[in-house]
Amino acid sequence: MKLITAVVKPHRLDEIKEALQAFGVHGLTVTEASGYGRQRGHTEVYRGAEYTVDLVPKVRVEVLAEDDDAEQLIEVIVKAARTGKIGDGKVWSLPVETAVRVRTGERGPDAL
Amino acid sequence: MAPAIMLAADAPRLSSANTGFMLICSALVMLMTPALAFFYGGMVRVKSTLNMLMMSFISLGIVTILWVLYGFSLAFGNGNSLIGYNADWIGLSDIGLTELWDGYTIPVFVFMVFQLMFAILTPALISGALADRVKFSAWALFVALWATVVYIPVAHWVWASDGWAFKLGVIDFAGGTAVHINAGAAALGVILVIGKRVGFKRDPMRPHSLPLVMLGAGLLWFGWFGFNAGSWLGNDDGVGALMFVNTQVATAAAMLAWLGYEKIRHGACTTLGAASGAVAGLVAITPSGGAVSPLGAIAVGAIAGVACAAAVGLKFRFGYDDSLDVVGVHMVGGILGSLLVGFFATGKGQSTATGVFYGDHSFDQLWKQCAGVFAVLAYSLIASAVLAFLLDKTLGMRVPEDEEISGIDRAEHAETAYDFSGAGGGVAGTAAAAPAAAQTRKVDA
Repeated sequence: MKLITAVVKPHRLDEIKEALQAFGVHGLTVTEASGYGRQRGHTEVYRGAEYTVDLVPKVRVEVLAEDDDAEQLIEVIVKAARTGKIGDGKVWSLPVETAVRVRTGERGPDAL
Repeated sequence: MAPAIMLAADAPRLSSANTGFMLICSALVMLMTPALAFFYGGMVRVKSTLNMLMMSFISLGIVTILWVLYGFSLAFGNGNSLIGYNADWIGLSDIGLTELWDGYTIPVFVFMVFQLMFAILTPALISGALADRVKFSAWALFVALWATVVYIPVAHWVWASDGWAFKLGVIDFAGGTAVHINAGAAALGVILVIGKRVGFKRDPMRPHSLPLVMLGAGLLWFGWFGFNAGSWLGNDDGVGALMFVNTQVATAAAMLAWLGYEKIRHGACTTLGAASGAVAGLVAITPSGGAVSPLGAIAVGAIAGVACAAAVGLKFRFGYDDSLDVVGVHMVGGILGSLLVGFFATGKGQSTATGVFYGDHSFDQLWKQCAGVFAVLAYSLIASAVLAFLLDKTLGMRVPEDEEISGIDRAEHAETAYDFSGAGGGVAGTAAAAPAAAQTRKVDA
């Protein structure tokens, strides 16, 4: 199994959810996050005092996938998240040792 | 507040209309203190919101009591040119319900409560410069001492018929000197003693809630009609209405001027700029609105809007932490408004005195205004710095640095402004609700 993590622009979340549902993904976890990459932050002005805000709001989407689906899922997320402008975010995957469905105790791919 | 000179035959009688109007104005001015609390409260960071609100609210408590006990007597009793005294007014013990304020058509009680609201607001104005870092106990004591040693004498100078500034002919319709220069200079005096916030100029100190700031500014604008128009103590000659109109006009002009300035300088019209510009206009028209024409009010407002927008940047250049720009808006705006009377007074409003641009183009009124401005500025700056110094050496004015960094709300008030742990109180909140933890009511949020 793989854990696919995507840190993306918050306003792309709906497209990502729809694309994942269309692909047949049954569950995902979303967290509000903040951070920066090449985009860096932005500048705000309060009574003439300029502040550089380093951390930009993002959402982190996490999906568990079977090994065979992982590459394709990453493509689905990247396609849905892309605007072509700087700050679109990153997607990565990690190997997962095990997963358990809490209600039934099922393990491995059955738990997804 | 000119004393009406009347013959015995037409001695003023109690006017129900003026009395009712003044009671409403008193309530409007009372609203300005909570409004100020929100105006300031939205401008600080999340961790000191409640402290900022409380610094204003506590003035509603403390000043009310001392005003009743001795404040009104010392501020407005017949004494000498520096301070008043009236034994009957100590504790408001011997004032007839229909006894009239000398020369006016409203009872002494009504005048007393109207002036009380000014005395409450003025110390609260200072608090904006002291954000995030002052011990609440020290602040409470400061409010009581400052109201007694600074506000009461200055109000007597400017507004009591035997005060020196009043007798000299200084025009201060509703408190440019006694309220705004007084509070602004006091703020400067105190921050020079207590120093900067931890991280001043290094950390971003963004306003945590601009909607609260806008709400506060809107309520201030509304309450200010009572503050300004009410200061004529009645409506029999239309001067109160002129003041009402000029209050609206100057505030509009100042808001537009501030927005224009920052659009040119920084590229955006900000909400904080709109709120600040409005307050700068309100401050500047406070001393001048009874003496100028509506076109003059546009000039006063526009000048104040641009000047205050430029002045708020000075704290970074000179390195004093006027946290929420009490000096930059109230002191600068108050000075401008008070001096601009010397240029724009038409002689057709509250008095026949004219400014440089009207009548015989005399500088006479301008010099009088300068005397009033300088005296209040110097006295308040020095006396407030001395008070802060004494409190700092005894009680200590500042909270410990670690409490300032982690947040003064939790350290001084045992509360936090917002629950960020989500619906149902989050994980920690759920644990706290369990019977085992009910005794301690522990919330880690």
